[in-house]
Amino acid sequence: MLHAVMERLTKLLELFWAFLQIGPSTFGGGYAMIPVIEREIVGKRRWISEDEMADMVSLAGSAPGGVGVNAAAFVGYRVAGVAGAVSAVIGITLPTFLIILVLSVFYMVFQDHPKVEAALKGIHGAIIALIILAAYRMAKASIIDKTTTVLLIVTVGLLLFAAIHPIYVIMLGIAAGILLVRIKERLGIKVFMEKQPESDNRKQELIYPEYYI
Amino acid sequence: MLWQLFITFVKMGFISFGGGYAVLPMIEHEVSSQDWLTTSEFQEAIALAGMAPGPIATNSATLIGYQTAGLTGALASTVGIILPSLILIILVSALFYRIHDHKLLKSSFYGLRPIVTGLIIYAAIHFGFLGQSEQLFSWTTLATLIICAGSIYAILKYKLHPFTIIILSGAAGIVFF
Repeated sequence: MLHAVMERLTKLLELFWAFLQIGPSTFGGGYAMIPVIEREIVGKRRWISEDEMADMVSLAGSAPGGVGVNAAAFVGYRVAGVAGAVSAVIGITLPTFLIILVLSVFYMVFQDHPKVEAALKGIHGAIIALIILAAYRMAKASIIDKTTTVLLIVTVGLLLFAAIHPIYVIMLGIAAGILLVRIKERLGIKVFMEKQPESDNRKQELIYPEYYI
Repeated sequence: MLWQLFITFVKMGFISFGGGYAVLPMIEHEVSSQDWLTTSEFQEAIALAGMAPGPIATNSATLIGYQTAGLTGALASTVGIILPSLILIILVSALFYRIHDHKLLKSSFYGLRPIVTGLIIYAAIHFGFLGQSEQLFSWTTLATLIICAGSIYAILKYKLHPFTIIILSGAAGIVFF
């Protein structure tokens, strides 16, 4: 009994520790960390198989939230249930959380310093650049036929001119996806629901797609 | 106050598709309608959030929480925005054994992906023009545009790491403004 409890606690601690180390490498969030996870979790620790890794990548990228947190929750759950998911998520979040606290304290002390204000204004430009790039990568992976093109145009139009709350647009998108695929199949049109690889050297991109969702 | 922060960021967490970029305009809306931060404070918070590893939406939740209610505020907001991801991942893992080829999930993502692309494009437009109360073509706008274009060029052409970009643009900001 005691032995089983100890074993479980060790597992939870291991999960926490493994993701604590992965945390700081997820700069900017996103897929940058997938190779790191593969090396640590699939290769070294053998917590999940290559097959499950494919599941992890598609789920972690599709669910809301950061890819890192989602991947941690997935691996943690597979290894040690809900408690495992929680400890892995705490592990991956903690370093960033502490870094942000330190940044906040610095900011509170120096926020009225003109040089700090100027630097933050400069960074604002870089953030816009990062958002534009995210949109570009996302578009490359998601705009694959006429249907998705129309969906994109309608979305941007609704958001800009109709002031409709994004949550409704999101739900509309999910419903539209399911419905349109059904209709197209009824009509006998073949639908590719994911971007098809163009040639062999794109294989890498297929495994680690550049989009976030 | 803590409860307010927590609930707000739980809502944001459920819709933070697209690595969090898609949800930034909604966070801005919440923050200004609840009077937590002014637009310029929010802009600075996002810039700071970009300086730490991890998704920018989660980071900005931590920052906004800290600036409105200290350490406990930071904790409440961070747990709030992460909780939906945690719950959804556990639910999906428990319900579907094979996720990769699940048809219903695949077809919903087929429709969802272009929507999220639209949300991120909207976020870029929103952030480009946010807090632009002065005349449209000021020195600030021009300098921001130069830094933005330079960052895109540097990332695509020289494959610079986002952190390097953040540091360089901070330095450029000190020179320009």
